[in-house]
Amino acid sequence: MSTRIDRRFAELKAQGRAALVTFVTAGDPDYDTSLKIIKGLPKAGADIIELGVPFTDPMADGPVIQAGGLRALANGQTLKKTLKMVKEFRVSDDATPIVLMGYYNPIYVYGVDRFLVDANKAGADGLIVVDLPPEEDDELCLPSMKAGMNFIRLATPTTDDERAPKVFENTSGFVYYVSVLGITGSKAPDLKSVKANVNRLRKHTALPICVGFGVKTAEQARMITKDADGVVVGSALVSAVANSLNKQGKATAKTPSAVHKLVAEIAKGVRS
Amino acid sequence: MTNTVPNSYRTGPDERGLFGIYGGRFVAETLMPLILQLEQAYKDAKADPSFQAELDDFLEHYVSRPSPLYFAERLTEHLGGAKIYLKRDELNHTGAHKINNVMGQILLARRMGKKRIIAETGAGQHGVATATACARFGLECIIYMGEVDIARQMPNVFRMKLLGATVVPAKSGSRTLKDALNEALRDWVANVEDTFYCIGTVAGPAPYPEMVRDFQSVIGRETREQMLKREGRLPDSLVAAIGGGSNAMGLFHPFLDDKDVKIIGVEAAGYGLKKKHAASIAGGKPGILHGNRTYLLMDDDGQITEGHSISAGLDYPGIGPEHAWLHDMKRVEYVSATDKEALEAFQLCCKLEGIIPALEPSHALAHVMKIAPKLPKDHLMVMNMCGRGDKDIFTVADILGVKL
Repeated sequence: MSTRIDRRFAELKAQGRAALVTFVTAGDPDYDTSLKIIKGLPKAGADIIELGVPFTDPMADGPVIQAGGLRALANGQTLKKTLKMVKEFRVSDDATPIVLMGYYNPIYVYGVDRFLVDANKAGADGLIVVDLPPEEDDELCLPSMKAGMNFIRLATPTTDDERAPKVFENTSGFVYYVSVLGITGSKAPDLKSVKANVNRLRKHTALPICVGFGVKTAEQARMITKDADGVVVGSALVSAVANSLNKQGKATAKTPSAVHKLVAEIAKGVRS
Repeated sequence: MTNTVPNSYRTGPDERGLFGIYGGRFVAETLMPLILQLEQAYKDAKADPSFQAELDDFLEHYVSRPSPLYFAERLTEHLGGAKIYLKRDELNHTGAHKINNVMGQILLARRMGKKRIIAETGAGQHGVATATACARFGLECIIYMGEVDIARQMPNVFRMKLLGATVVPAKSGSRTLKDALNEALRDWVANVEDTFYCIGTVAGPAPYPEMVRDFQSVIGRETREQMLKREGRLPDSLVAAIGGGSNAMGLFHPFLDDKDVKIIGVEAAGYGLKKKHAASIAGGKPGILHGNRTYLLMDDDGQITEGHSISAGLDYPGIGPEHAWLHDMKRVEYVSATDKEALEAFQLCCKLEGIIPALEPSHALAHVMKIAPKLPKDHLMVMNMCGRGDKDIFTVADILGVKL
């Protein structure tokens, strides 16, 4: 079954370029501003949208994305509202894939079966759940794949050749290669090691490989997509949100455009 | 899920790290290979008699085990019912049960060749124990502690620093124990090669709940032996306080298959179960946090809520997964005690027994005060005195309106 994600990678392959995957937190800094941000992402140059599902205890995220999640939660964001946001986005855009990224507890509490029905209905295409390694596949991964939802796996520098087959056994859409040991937004990726690892992982999977963690500039995006099929930018965009807020921490007129400008800038790196 | 009575309550977890539906390995992929490596290293160590011999030697000569099983005569007289024994784990080196587990994990870290130790701490007892063992073996030690806890547990922060540890404040979220755990996990993800994460309670991803339980079970094994020697039979009931639940699991586990032994865990009811509290079983529901599925305090959206207890050591929005299972199986009864009840028990214990208890076991004692008077005089009750209260005198003085 072909999904929006599969179709998007096929189109990009035909165009001969890599994907720009953009991460923003749903509801950051508030629902309406966040919806404006995601609605403008495709035009700014995003090929795939990763929508962060806020969680109080994001153990793999650095301070920037933690703060974004807390801003969204403080303004009343819930998983239900995040799905509503996807639905509203779909009214005007039926092509750009949306991947929900977060932690398992909100989905578990929502109820896995109910969540998959509602996420499909809303128009979400894939899931990245940080705290569900292959060892826990029957929790959400297998039910997702059965429901036609891509379950995208994180591969890391610790995913060695011995472990890789297990990591890629049940997965679809694309592979998200975490380029650094550590949390989001911490250190810049070492481009040499990215190249070597992407090429190593290709021996284990035919899926497109996107690289993220620590990517902030067009130049990094250009270098990474020489080898990878896509590049993920997250903390830099959430920083752009944070820096655009007023002293009370509220959105300003500049908030959506601050994100879109940065996306357009980094998109040049992917398209050059 | 069926709740049929198993042949034994002591065989868990299964190969996936599960106790019933609880436990598991809900961690980021970066950590997964390490978790598997740790599991194997622990399995090997457990099967190696020289590991246990080395641990036993340190427990005897460094920690000062076995700890006494003390008949609390005046408390018994005062309450007028059950015969109350206190398992004196507050007499351990560093003043709490935490060191039992730390010695085990640090010896394991040495065996694995890890040179850098990280840990989280709430009240500071686990942090002090970890800093102590690291000093003893010359290992680098980094302790994550919530900013709020740092402010209310200054003496322990200073102790850790004296012992050569670096104390890093956790500044995110509620800035207490759960956030310290988040920060420790973030450190581990970034430093997988050389770092050993020494978790302080029976929670976290497998194999931690099992490993910490095994290291703490020395409490229950000794109690069993000591009681048989003193009274010629097993106790009728066991009572212990529960935050994450390591002192309780240590006391309970060796008795789980003795069906005539009634077992009671006491959660922290804070200001009361209808107000702010830290009783995950009484007021929470199953969810996933810090690598395991267990009872958690959270809202309808699955967001973790902040617990409250007068005791920084019980102020955690979750509970070890094995406790969650024992609750569902109805093998252990989980009850709670409020801040106020714990404070009364704290004062009573000081006056009647000449023992200043930590605020954590004061919760257990508060429950003993509720049930002991109604029980017959030949009822043998063991309460785990898992920590001493020196660290808490400032908190208590503050609440009693005394300026030090």
